Amino acid sequence: MPAADLALTWSLKDRPDDLDVTTTWWSRAPDLAGATGRGVRVCVLDSGIEPGHPAIGPIQGSYAVLAEGDGTVVRETEPGDVCGHGTACAGIIRKIAPECELYSVRVLGPGFAGRGNVFVAGLRWAVEQGFDVINLSLSTTRRQLAEDLRAVSDDAYFRRTVIVASAHNLPVESYPWRFSSVISVGSHAEGDAALLIYNPRPPVEFFAHGSDVEVAWPGGGRRRCTGNSFATPHVTGLCALVLSGCPGLTPFQVKNALYMNARNVRREP
Amino acid sequence: MNVEFEADHDALLQSIVDVALAIYGAAASSIFLYDTERDELIFRAVSGQGQGLLVGRAFPSSQGIAGWVLSSRQAMIVDDLTGSDHFARDIAESTSYVPRSLMAVPLLHDDEALGVLEVLDPHPQARAAIAELELLVMFARQASVALRVTRNYAQAVRADPNARRRQETRRLLSALTELVEEDSGPLPRR
Repeated sequence: MPAADLALTWSLKDRPDDLDVTTTWWSRAPDLAGATGRGVRVCVLDSGIEPGHPAIGPIQGSYAVLAEGDGTVVRETEPGDVCGHGTACAGIIRKIAPECELYSVRVLGPGFAGRGNVFVAGLRWAVEQGFDVINLSLSTTRRQLAEDLRAVSDDAYFRRTVIVASAHNLPVESYPWRFSSVISVGSHAEGDAALLIYNPRPPVEFFAHGSDVEVAWPGGGRRRCTGNSFATPHVTGLCALVLSGCPGLTPFQVKNALYMNARNVRREP
Repeated sequence: MNVEFEADHDALLQSIVDVALAIYGAAASSIFLYDTERDELIFRAVSGQGQGLLVGRAFPSSQGIAGWVLSSRQAMIVDDLTGSDHFARDIAESTSYVPRSLMAVPLLHDDEALGVLEVLDPHPQARAAIAELELLVMFARQASVALRVTRNYAQAVRADPNARRRQETRRLLSALTELVEEDSGPLPRR
């Protein structure tokens, strides 16, 4: 497809049936039946995760990126969520991959100075820790950070850390979901939580359930929310399932497994 | 800040929330400005419920769904808000109105969050999906431009205090010229 035809896409407006894709090697697709996410370390880079939430259960670690001097430092911290966004994402991941290990790295919070640098520092740290999957229901529009984020994303790709990144809800350029080394996710409008769509017209590569999603809510409750933020953890959960069934797959192979499990990818003999 | 400029700016923000209210058949629509120094969100324009009461009222930037959207910079729709959790109480305390559902979009410039645009209790048919969120984003972009222009103007005035005086002098001269011309016909132009 010529580059000029690559229109930016943030969400799926077509019906899934309109995005017909075929594969002849579907028999290589990993079987996700029975997979629980056991043994897979998932990091939620966000606003934190509320401890003890019934929709989430145990959290294996909580960390925060803090400004220190001219730079940043990552410290272990008391579990908690400064606004609720991370808790909502973690609940979706837990629902899909109930036995995965969940870690929280807080990069959002009150006082927004230098947020972009905090975001990059948190992602870099998470990649260095060797998490299997990192959920990024966030992005930055700062072009100055694009190259740093590209380098970190490439590093993750070669270290076998899968970054699942939310396409921005707004029609603006943002990062790192635009990079091919990550798995980018937008929302479809169907009310089917299990529906995964491969997008043959990138840059957004997959569409997942982001409309009217039941999410974990601060204070122990649940609410129904809509946004690309909530589509992304559905794919993160699927990645955890793939990796628990087939440990050691590379991000390229995980992306391929998602492709072959997408409902619009038709299996030809 | 120049009085006329501020009035025009307020009118623009008000028109954005008025149109959002009408298009979504909502109970209320608000624009919040983020005050970085005080780390607060301030009601800057309100249409519908709370109009005339809330403008100027401030609350901590980490509070409620507006705080969530400001922090994550991600647009969202939330339903089932009538429960008694702390989010709903925050909203009730600050607006005297507890919505059943809410749409919220960050107002962004570059990577900076300038504020939040909210629509409370949109008509059920108008909050069906992501597409409705994208429509709200268009209004949000208008509001972002308006907030940015205001901030740039305020910064320019701070950087050059005499600019405001010169602008006021020009405005008075122009008004005086119009008055004289009403009485004696057009004045010679240089």
